[in-house]
Amino acid sequence: MESTIVSSRNFNAYFGTNHVVKNVSMDIPKNNIIAVMGPSGCGKTTYLRCINRMHELIPGASVQGEMLLHDEDLYSLNPILVRLKIGMVFQRPNPFPNLSIYDNVIAGYKLNGFKLSKKERDEIVEHSLQKAALWNEVKDTLHKKGTFLSGGQQQRLCIARAIAMEPEVLLMDEPTSALDPISTSSIEELMHELKKNYTLVIVTHNMQQAARVSDKTAFFFLGELVEYNDTREMFINPKDSRTQNYITGRFS
Amino acid sequence: MTQFQTEIKELKEQVIEMWQLVHSQLTKGLSALLNFDKDLAREIVMIEKRVNAAELQIDKNSENILAIYSPVAVDLRFVLAVLKINTNLERVGDIAEGIAKLIIDTDKPFKQELLDHTQVVEMYGEAVKLVEEILLAFENEKTTDARGIFKRDEFLDEINKKANHLLIIYLKDHPEDLQQALNVLSIIRRLERVGDQAENIAEEIIFYLEAKVIKHTQRKGNGKNA
Repeated sequence: MESTIVSSRNFNAYFGTNHVVKNVSMDIPKNNIIAVMGPSGCGKTTYLRCINRMHELIPGASVQGEMLLHDEDLYSLNPILVRLKIGMVFQRPNPFPNLSIYDNVIAGYKLNGFKLSKKERDEIVEHSLQKAALWNEVKDTLHKKGTFLSGGQQQRLCIARAIAMEPEVLLMDEPTSALDPISTSSIEELMHELKKNYTLVIVTHNMQQAARVSDKTAFFFLGELVEYNDTREMFINPKDSRTQNYITGRFS
Repeated sequence: MTQFQTEIKELKEQVIEMWQLVHSQLTKGLSALLNFDKDLAREIVMIEKRVNAAELQIDKNSENILAIYSPVAVDLRFVLAVLKINTNLERVGDIAEGIAKLIIDTDKPFKQELLDHTQVVEMYGEAVKLVEEILLAFENEKTTDARGIFKRDEFLDEINKKANHLLIIYLKDHPEDLQQALNVLSIIRRLERVGDQAENIAEEIIFYLEAKVIKHTQRKGNGKNA
């Protein structure tokens, strides 16, 4: 049986009085890729940002209900610790512009005040870049700025930076929406590799991407979790008419 | 309606058009059999060329939809079902053509006594009805009508099963009709396959509309399990 790594129970999120995530209960199994999809404004990104407690950084934002990591309430833990365990990759590649490729990868350690030896740093950089399938392309230019890389390479650098902290879960908010098809394909291939070691939760507007990469898909609509099922089942035989209307483009 | 939905609608119309062609082959075949009308039988062979062209066009259009739109859910099931229904219909067309060629190759009109004895005309009428009903099920998206086909096909199977026995009895009294009897047996065998194709189509319609795979299951007969 698949073990659950993150689960939410009757989880709600608000911006002030605006109720954007409504009573969502779902289990995220370990070493799976979970796609979260739905029309704009359905609450999918907010839900994702609640998983590593980024939602609360917005003034007036609040949550209600339970969000558990290994059955422990995420909201009773230190938020910095939560974000070390649950990394995030954003829509647009955002390497630190003034840092080299090398320093970008270990930025999380520096910013959190970890003291590492040169050997440890080298190992982390190589290991992370290899896992992000970028090592072979940048191993000879590690001290060049990350912003010199192509968009797809920059996004893989951001993935390397996230996995350098050895998180258990990687959240990805539309990680390929700013990339060309070739770079998108390489990130998708990378996701399949990454799930051997991590659990991935990806918000995507690209339904074919959800179908291609994910094991399970969650469909959000108007803040509610309408359907959550194995991806193949959902794309062949969605159970809810709203899911069917959305994925077949009949949404009005 | 989006461009995608328009193309799906057009694909459905093309399948219905092909279905009507195949249906016309079958009805003309029945008439050619009853009236020993070789010209009409030749017309069926000509129609087969149009059926084949329609099959290729439907295949091509289905492939285009899959490649360009990457359909999912009911749309994906529809295109997958159309690809199979297309093949099934083309086979029914082949069967009708085969019957037409048998009529063309037969020297003299079939004896009424032989036709009555073997129930081939009744069987033929039932096969035509099956094709009509399954077309309506597809057009109107009615799985209850599609399920009705399984029971109806049993009648064709029944006639097919007893055909050998009935022909042996007939040939004892009419040994001079051996060639005709063999041709009638061949027609019965072909009509039985029309029933099988109609069943396959019914399965595809149920898959398309209900996402249920019922082939190779114990759903035939009264359809209680499907």
